[in-house]
Amino acid sequence: MADSERKEESKHSAEVNHAADGEGKCQDIARAKNEGRELTKEEKQRLRKEKKQQKKGKKDDKGPTQKVTEKEKAPSAASQTATQCPTQKAAPVSVSVPVAESTAPTDKQTKSKAELKAERRARQEAERASKQTKKEPGSQPTSSKSKAPPNELQPAVKRLPEHIQVDDPAMVRKLAKKLERQQIPLRSDYGYKVSLFSHLHQYSRKAPLTQQISIPATVIHPSIVRLGLQYSQGIVAGSNARSVALLHAFKQVIQDYSTPPNEELARDLVNKLKPYISFLNQCRPLSASMGNAIKYIKKEISNIPSQCKEEEAKKKLLSCIDNYVNEKLTLAAEAISKYAIDKIRDGDVILVYGCSSLVNHILCEAFEKQRKFRVIVVDSRPRLEGREALRRLVKRGIRCTYVLISAVSYILPEVSKVFLGAHALLANGYVMSRVGTSQIALVAKAYNVPVLVCCETYKFCERVQTDSFVSNELDDPDDLIVTRDGKTQLADWQSVKSLGLLNLVYDVTPPDFVDLVITELGMIPCTSVPVVLRVKNVDQ
Amino acid sequence: MPGADKETDLCERVELFLSELKRGGRGSGETARSTAALLRRITAQARWSSAGDLMEIIRKEGRRMTAAQPSETTVGNMVRRVLKIIREEYARSRGSSEEADQQESLHKLLTSGGSSEENFRQHFPPLKANVIEAINELLTELEGTTDNIAMQALEHIHSNEVIMTIGRSRTVEAFLKDAARKRKFHVICAECAPFCQGHEMATSLSKDGIETTVIPDAAIFAVMSRVNKVIIGTQTVLANGGLRAVNGTHTLALAAKHHSTPLIVCAPMFKLSPQFPNEEDTFHKFVSPQEVLPFTEGEILSKVNAHCPVFDYVPPELITLFISNIGGNAPSYIYRLMSELYHPEDHEL
Repeated sequence: MADSERKEESKHSAEVNHAADGEGKCQDIARAKNEGRELTKEEKQRLRKEKKQQKKGKKDDKGPTQKVTEKEKAPSAASQTATQCPTQKAAPVSVSVPVAESTAPTDKQTKSKAELKAERRARQEAERASKQTKKEPGSQPTSSKSKAPPNELQPAVKRLPEHIQVDDPAMVRKLAKKLERQQIPLRSDYGYKVSLFSHLHQYSRKAPLTQQISIPATVIHPSIVRLGLQYSQGIVAGSNARSVALLHAFKQVIQDYSTPPNEELARDLVNKLKPYISFLNQCRPLSASMGNAIKYIKKEISNIPSQCKEEEAKKKLLSCIDNYVNEKLTLAAEAISKYAIDKIRDGDVILVYGCSSLVNHILCEAFEKQRKFRVIVVDSRPRLEGREALRRLVKRGIRCTYVLISAVSYILPEVSKVFLGAHALLANGYVMSRVGTSQIALVAKAYNVPVLVCCETYKFCERVQTDSFVSNELDDPDDLIVTRDGKTQLADWQSVKSLGLLNLVYDVTPPDFVDLVITELGMIPCTSVPVVLRVKNVDQ
Repeated sequence: MPGADKETDLCERVELFLSELKRGGRGSGETARSTAALLRRITAQARWSSAGDLMEIIRKEGRRMTAAQPSETTVGNMVRRVLKIIREEYARSRGSSEEADQQESLHKLLTSGGSSEENFRQHFPPLKANVIEAINELLTELEGTTDNIAMQALEHIHSNEVIMTIGRSRTVEAFLKDAARKRKFHVICAECAPFCQGHEMATSLSKDGIETTVIPDAAIFAVMSRVNKVIIGTQTVLANGGLRAVNGTHTLALAAKHHSTPLIVCAPMFKLSPQFPNEEDTFHKFVSPQEVLPFTEGEILSKVNAHCPVFDYVPPELITLFISNIGGNAPSYIYRLMSELYHPEDHEL
């Protein structure tokens, strides 16, 4: 504690001195902003430091605790985009830390710019080291590679994702600032939110984010803009489809990318991708499969050696992405169908819910292999995705029945098996899937019908969740409005103060409702998901 | 002749009632009241000399009415109530003590041969007036059922509760509105596709200032963990204590059982029917599959079977409490209430 207080004082004095030098640079930044071109990294860093100085000046008379929390926030915010510089310069700086400490209080007037910079960086490093010893290390996905190889018992207190903290005004402000820095418009919430879900975003489909972007968009690649629009309007839906579309868009981005001078491809490309990911997140919250795909790409990009020529590096990345799609999606689907077809016997009546690309694939394959079965497709408002599945199955010639989810108790006595798809499998064995899946599993359990979940391993996720409230997605509430017999009951629901509409997208199914999970690694029980995750981590 | 006029007038009224039944669209309360009124008219205007004749006439009309709309069980229930009334009035006129008639039902099982010796052939002049008076009492009771049930609301709903309901039930609506006068609570209403009657219920409740949320049927299990009570209405209460309710209710009941949430059914006594659920072909009623898969999906329509059942069976193990106009009861007590309302020989009309 005494240590950090000493550093506080010296840093404060150093900042005051540095203010005089910084005047010229402020003017540079203001000019750059007026011209509207993208700020370079140094300019962004300088902007941040200016703001920090101003904040420090304002809060000077407040207690020391304020300063400590501010400084902890500042390094965490700064470290997001500047992880590369400190980690590189960690070695030489650690030596000069004691030297810097001793010289700080004595000769304040006769320091050179570079010394001040080195001093400040040394102090940041020391603070970060002290923060790590004080609390558990906050692991961020980009900096995890610089740590020691992960052992299984490493505590993982991650930063909470922003999209489940909408009710915290500080988080909302932070997000707004981050988006401003990345020059991406902020999407505003729509309509009255049910109080149980005030911590989640709720957007309207009629107000897509792309309306707020000026044309031509220089910051965001056009294929990413197109992808964002497709996500927010629901044109591309379903976790496999979204992941594949994302990877294709990233391939386009990599092809069009050219390294600016004095930059390394590995670092710069990752930084270029960050605003794109924020943009896509604003259009529609990222799915677990997309999150895993992004992690993979970032890892591959960072692993590119610096001697590699640009053309070679790009070719390597493109082939990596192709391999990922091939291995994790296409081949996995083949393997899963092979296992699943073993479970389908002649005379079976199979129940499916909604439109899962994997389950449809399995059923079509089984039909090709001359298995005799019929399918019952269960659907639910307001998305009515089951109609799409129905069309695909009927086109192949499979005999189908179609009901809504409220009739599931009527139809279940005829059913011999239930096949469900998944959006993600959580580490505590819960299955996160389209809303209504848990209901189907519940009723199937009551009638003693086996429930099989089909899921590729790339959708396995390290999060844990026990109910459908803490982390979910709220869709446009206007989708629930329907006109029957010429009357629209909920037409002006916004004007009635005590009326709310809730349109959930996902729900979690407890593992005791699920009998079997079919993955490309084999058929496992729901509770073996953390084992698979561990095996995957060790492989990587 | 005045007699013939009365008869044709009566026939016309019965025909009118049957055609209205076939058309449907009326609530069960209204149907019950109009059935009782029609039976009163038959008692007053038809030609009969003894109780047995009257019972034959009413049974015949009752069979015609239930055949017109089998899913509307309140008609049959009212007919059975009136038959029981006639039996009681006859027994009272004959002078036999009522306690003998209300022997324990176990005793009745042993001596079931004895009651068939009654042939109701004796003629009592005041019988007509007594029966009509009793039917008037029945009508008064029917008019007050919704209020009687709503009066019990404050005993069951405390403040800051989250209550879940499905579809639209006038009884539950009155129940919740009565509680909302003194307590503040939140209602979640499942919309119950494809008819989406939950929307109507939600707009009606929110106009009274009750915080209401509409959810699609698929989200019932997802939100159930935050619900304190489930309060539903029903179309019929079956003889074993089970329900014949709007489709989706069985899923709701299973979800409530999984989360150990109490399931309360608000049903007036005229919905209690001596049927059992194992009559497969008469239990379910279907409507046009166009509600589920509209004609706009033309290409696949011919190759697909689409079902749209209207009712669901809910077994009595999933139900916690019945609230009716005579108070609260457990589902295991329903058989006893039935023996008080209907005579065992009238179970088959």
